[in-house]
Amino acid sequence: MAKTIRGKAKAKNGLVDVKLLMKHPMETGLRKDKDGNPIEAHFIQTVEATANGNTVFSAQFNTSVSKDPYLAFSFSGADKGDVLNIAWIDNKGETDSADVAIK
Amino acid sequence: MDRRSLIRALGGAIVAAAALPKLAWAAWSSNAMKAGESTAAMNELFGTADVVASAEVKLKAPEIAENGAVVPLEVSTDMPAEQIAIFVDKNPSPLVMTATMGAGATGLVKTRVRMGESSNVVAVVKSGGKLYSASQEVKVTIGGCGG
Repeated sequence: MAKTIRGKAKAKNGLVDVKLLMKHPMETGLRKDKDGNPIEAHFIQTVEATANGNTVFSAQFNTSVSKDPYLAFSFSGADKGDVLNIAWIDNKGETDSADVAIK
Repeated sequence: MDRRSLIRALGGAIVAAAALPKLAWAAWSSNAMKAGESTAAMNELFGTADVVASAEVKLKAPEIAENGAVVPLEVSTDMPAEQIAIFVDKNPSPLVMTATMGAGATGLVKTRVRMGESSNVVAVVKSGGKLYSASQEVKVTIGGCGG
């Protein structure tokens, strides 16, 4: 898995506003293919955001988060020039992470 | 082991550790995620389903969602939030996501969720160890769980 994470982090008035898009099928496990065979569940379970050595935000997803998950949050304690690391892991143990420059 | 090979071994270990993307992941709340009903999911997630409706919790959701596969939701609060969770009562597994506010995080989560049919959506904020909620009915024109 590479380059699945697209993010923006903007510092404004002491807060960093973060918007993330993660490319992932988020298969529910409830769907069937053309031949009626169930399609295996495949979804992001955990997302973590780290800045300056602190976990600033983490989320757990169920299969009901939409395909290519969107996630937005905000936090204080970082500024322009700092780096926000985003990492996810899915139910198959696949992971990806990316550094987002705070602007 | 002589000094040189010790240094080499240590160097290798450090490189291996640096190459790992992440050392530890918090456990996924499997029981809460798989619960078939909102109250059961809350009990699994929070250890209680004792939730007080509060105007301090703001839930932004569309009244009508044409596409149940992508329903935008926003939960926010000015209370010091420790955790925010979203439940869609009529989904097969109501708990959609739960977020934990870390160092400096404000009480805000925006995401997009799937809804199988029209349902009540409940946002729960944990603040000071207590649970507060807001809810809204969302009408879904086309269900989003596939078939």
